[in-house]
Amino acid sequence: MHTDPAAVRKSVRLYVTIGVSLLVFTAITVMANRLHFVVPIAITVAIIIACIKGSMVASVFMHLSHEKKWIYGALLLTIVFFIFLMCIPLFTIMDTIGTPVRATPIEHAGH
Amino acid sequence: MNIPYTVEERPDTGLANGKLGIWLFLASEVMLFGALFSTYIILRVGATEWPHGELNIPLGAINTVILISSSVTMVMAWASLKMNEWGKHRLYLLATFVLAAVFLVNKYFEYSAHFATGEGPWHSTFLAIYFTMTGLHGLHILGGMIVMAYFLGPGAKLWKTNPDQFANRIEYTGLYWHFVDLVWIFLFPVLYLL
Repeated sequence: MHTDPAAVRKSVRLYVTIGVSLLVFTAITVMANRLHFVVPIAITVAIIIACIKGSMVASVFMHLSHEKKWIYGALLLTIVFFIFLMCIPLFTIMDTIGTPVRATPIEHAGH
Repeated sequence: MNIPYTVEERPDTGLANGKLGIWLFLASEVMLFGALFSTYIILRVGATEWPHGELNIPLGAINTVILISSSVTMVMAWASLKMNEWGKHRLYLLATFVLAAVFLVNKYFEYSAHFATGEGPWHSTFLAIYFTMTGLHGLHILGGMIVMAYFLGPGAKLWKTNPDQFANRIEYTGLYWHFVDLVWIFLFPVLYLL
């Protein structure tokens, strides 16, 4: 992170540029919604734009593009657990509790 | 008692204690909101139908613009301190506070419109998760406003006695505020558009 006044002064223009870019991406998100894509494409487009915006905020406004390794370490650990958290819905799909594993064999009417 | 490493960096971490502290707090916040996003996915995937067009998209978009603008003013408030421009810092911090207040006023109108038609969190699964996520986010906005009000008021005295420590405090407030903005960047498309 920049701490000397000259470096901070240089960053000011970048902050404004990023702010304007974020507003443009917001407009794109709203306009893309009006195109009425099919749901999987709409979700993909919206999430990709949100990820781009989020990475801009994190890297520039939160100065993550040049931070100390302790912060990267803490965030890496968070990302691992966050991914696990996002995968929990998959376990509900795989959940078979209450569902018979095998259908009971039908007894032949022969006997 | 003098608390160590409020300004100078610890030799082992290379960071002031407050900086590492706020990042660990934000890590816990990621998990808090992550749990709610995960819940949203479970509810949405399991639902036979999901409502569309129930929320006011223009108002949501305006709130997105407001929060992004507040993030810019917040980072400018910190940059002004680093450039030793106290007057500009006050102006930018005040602008951030006002933008946060406008965000909450818009949210109030949005909530009021829902409650006026009897569409509270009890109305549907979608509205239950909408009120939970945006309500928690709104509380974070309120928390940020309280901190900003402190630095606009009594907390500002620290600038005269220890400007570096004050600048660090504004930086930590900014990190929290950008995180709140970051959460809204994902909340807006997920709840309003999809």
